[in-house]
Amino acid sequence: MTKRNGARGGEDGFSTIGRPMRKVDGLAKATGRARYTDDIRLPGMLHGKILRSPHPHARIVAIDTSRAEALEGVHAAVTGRDMPTTYGIIPWTPDEYPLCVDRVRYIGDGVAAVAAVDEDTANAALGLIDVTYEELPAYLDPHEAIAADSGPYIHEPRKPGWNGNITKVVKLAFGDVEAGLEDADLVVEGDYFFEGTTHTPIEPHCAIGLAEGNGKLTVWSATQVPHYLHRELARVLDVDPAQVRVIQPPVGGAFGGKSEPFDLEFCVAKLSMKTGRPVKILYTREEVFYSHRGRHPFHMRYRTGATRDGMLTAVDSEIVMDGGAYASFGLVTTYYSGQLLTAPYQMPAYSFHSTRAYTNKPACGPKRGHGSVQPRFAFEVQLDRIAERLSIDPIELRRRNFIGSNTRTVNDLRVTSNGFLECLDEVERASDWKRKYRRLPFGRGVGVAGSTYITGTNYPVYPNDMPQSGIQLQVDRSGRVAVFSGASEIGQGVDSMVTYIVAEELGVPLEHVRVLAGDTDFTPVDLGAYSSRVTFMLGNACIEAARKLKAKVREAVAAEWGAKPGEVLLAGGLAVRAGDTGTSMPLRVAFNLAEAMFGTLGATGSYNTPKDVHGTYRGATIGASPAYSFTAHVAEVEVDVETGFVTVEKIWIAHDCGRALNPVLVAGQMEGSAYMGFAEALMEEQIFKTADQGRAGLHNAPSLLDYRIPTSLDTPALESLIVESIDPEGPYGAKEAGEGPLHPSIPAIANAIHDAVGVRMDSLPFSPPRVWRALQAAPRDSWRTVLTDSVRAAGVGGAK
Amino acid sequence: MEVVRLHVNGDDHVCGVPAHYTLLEALRYGLGLTGSKQGCDKGDCGACTVIVDGRAILSCITPVWEAEGRDVRTVEGLANGTELHPVQDEFDLNGAAQCGFCTPGILCSSVALLDRNPSPSRDEIRVALAGNLCRCTGYEKIYDAVEAAAGRLDP
Repeated sequence: MTKRNGARGGEDGFSTIGRPMRKVDGLAKATGRARYTDDIRLPGMLHGKILRSPHPHARIVAIDTSRAEALEGVHAAVTGRDMPTTYGIIPWTPDEYPLCVDRVRYIGDGVAAVAAVDEDTANAALGLIDVTYEELPAYLDPHEAIAADSGPYIHEPRKPGWNGNITKVVKLAFGDVEAGLEDADLVVEGDYFFEGTTHTPIEPHCAIGLAEGNGKLTVWSATQVPHYLHRELARVLDVDPAQVRVIQPPVGGAFGGKSEPFDLEFCVAKLSMKTGRPVKILYTREEVFYSHRGRHPFHMRYRTGATRDGMLTAVDSEIVMDGGAYASFGLVTTYYSGQLLTAPYQMPAYSFHSTRAYTNKPACGPKRGHGSVQPRFAFEVQLDRIAERLSIDPIELRRRNFIGSNTRTVNDLRVTSNGFLECLDEVERASDWKRKYRRLPFGRGVGVAGSTYITGTNYPVYPNDMPQSGIQLQVDRSGRVAVFSGASEIGQGVDSMVTYIVAEELGVPLEHVRVLAGDTDFTPVDLGAYSSRVTFMLGNACIEAARKLKAKVREAVAAEWGAKPGEVLLAGGLAVRAGDTGTSMPLRVAFNLAEAMFGTLGATGSYNTPKDVHGTYRGATIGASPAYSFTAHVAEVEVDVETGFVTVEKIWIAHDCGRALNPVLVAGQMEGSAYMGFAEALMEEQIFKTADQGRAGLHNAPSLLDYRIPTSLDTPALESLIVESIDPEGPYGAKEAGEGPLHPSIPAIANAIHDAVGVRMDSLPFSPPRVWRALQAAPRDSWRTVLTDSVRAAGVGGAK
Repeated sequence: MEVVRLHVNGDDHVCGVPAHYTLLEALRYGLGLTGSKQGCDKGDCGACTVIVDGRAILSCITPVWEAEGRDVRTVEGLANGTELHPVQDEFDLNGAAQCGFCTPGILCSSVALLDRNPSPSRDEIRVALAGNLCRCTGYEKIYDAVEAAAGRLDP
């Protein structure tokens, strides 16, 4: 196991992998030349707008678009009846229409769309669409939604015994939980609430449709899932999938918020089919908040048992999730809420019972750390409580419960590489934990938390046996390698990642690699930029393709030299004879020889997951991944007792990414993740007004001024500590880095607040009013200084 | 349509725009300079930041008329011909741009800062960038890039 913090290169025999390198799109992004979807302007392009529901729940009695269509400059209007086919990213829960057909389910639900000569005319036309609604009672609270015993429900009941406000119920148990709790020396029970948050990429969603009149349909979209979008466009619009082309330009941030089809993609396609003109729709920032698909609000209850030595005996949870109006990925979220908690700690027994409710609010979905950030918050605070009650250092408690590597979790997930202990060591050392924990002045504290996350889901969202990731390489006569990649560059650096791999394997300089990506007309399928799957899956596919090519080149050069293929090395832009550095040729010449021998030079590579990495029970496949990343954070905070204002001074982030293919990009993912977790801990709330607040179901603040995301002045110092466990199946040992490092930020901050002032924060966000109220509610003598002493005196206290 | 005269990145332009256009709309839709981005609709995010007479301003809430007769610099005008501004190069080297959507605005804020203060402290950089939201990086790599660029500027 290696550990390091920053740049390195040349170790392990690599020429490229492991070095800090530029991104292939860095220059385009630093000069303004990168062309995002809204930067594309096609000749004759029309502008579309979507009319949205003003009601949280209502029947559509009638829609009349005739006045809008009569407006000068308006070319077409569409309503739900033009596209009456349901869709959903998860094939088992299709419950959305591109535009509502007979029912609206949240304020902001799309009901009609227009295409006009310019944006102003399109906006004016929306005001001329007449919609007659019959309002229905709205459900805003998930508990009330689940408890309702008469309709109208938000959807038709999915199963006998469920009302129509339930998306999914998952109840799974592993081992004897009640016996484990009974045998425990200490059982800690806690209720937690995780408020909903949303992604807020700086680029609003945007799409352009172009129907060419010959049956061909092209859609440009700021999407993370061009392949799934391709399938759904064809199915919903009843177009031959072979006639559909999805182009994904650079995406200006996504974080899970662009990982399923949205109304605008269907609307630009349909409006273009109606008009014969290209049509663009760009969401306003307000619409981005309505489209949402962000973090579900979770109401969680945890019972955690431990022995006197701090060893976990059993964990049980009961979770109610507020899903909003549609299923989105909710079926998966419901499983993830329980399935992803079973590492990095050993749990002899575990059970969870999670219910996802529909409510009349924008649909929740996958946000960075999908489904597992909320339970991780609760559970890591539970661990802190146990450590406190048993007077065990919280880092030591976590070490004791370490699950290990090459093992199975209690829910039968296969864990291979696991650098969690090193992560704990790193944050303990870097933060100077031993001198700070319980030793800082009142008002200042440190907290620790750990986590795990998947490196890709083991199965695609629609069942099939084809690869999850594919790549195609092509070599030309100038010595250049073209990489055809279906993966989605959303800023994480996937185009750069495949460039580094091609350079490593074939010995070509980085500038001789061209990545042609994100176009379903000419790139092999990659399922998309979600679930932290891309580096692992596309990386392995790319290695396979590059090695096939390499074998041909070596064979051709070996024939030229009268050598064995194994004696031909490709590096530094040259083919070199092993042990005879005087014998070499430029790679361009080597490629030419190979082309002469084999014909046009190209190769494909694919990756699919191993199938023996999970159990056989129903749901066992959800949460299964070919590898898991591990993370530990220490946060240091200062709490102003007068105002409840929490300042996070610094977060130390140690993350086991397997191997850092480019440490600069890995650290960037770690810092961006920790930043986003910090933001959820202290600032962000996707919340809605109640009837008492004037208008039930109205988004509280759909702007970037009022939905507060951290500025440079809010954001704490962030220090990345890369841990490399070298995964046996990852590309060069790599695992994910884009989502795991978000998780511990939130509980680490909660635990640090406790260390600072002795108050437990169990509801998010830890905003000044909440912290102030918690301080007021706690008796003064329970504030930290006294509490510390009493805990020390009590030793193992208050079992059960 | 009204005619507006703009001086952008050293060039004089005559541009027909609707009277209500902002500077951002004129740059993007009138002149085709799409480097400056629209991230919110009303001056909250900073992705539209450009430099007008040496000051970083929000072009999405600047009526295009206010830019007439003034010197406008956008991300497309930061490089000197083929020579990148050091902060552009350092953004690339330091991984300061992930999705890159906030980058043009942050580059403009950074260049405006470095033009008036060639050796800013980290805190001065933080303050100068406080109007530019970045959702990807957590800002650390951006500070690194601006600091490194400052080190490369002629004193």
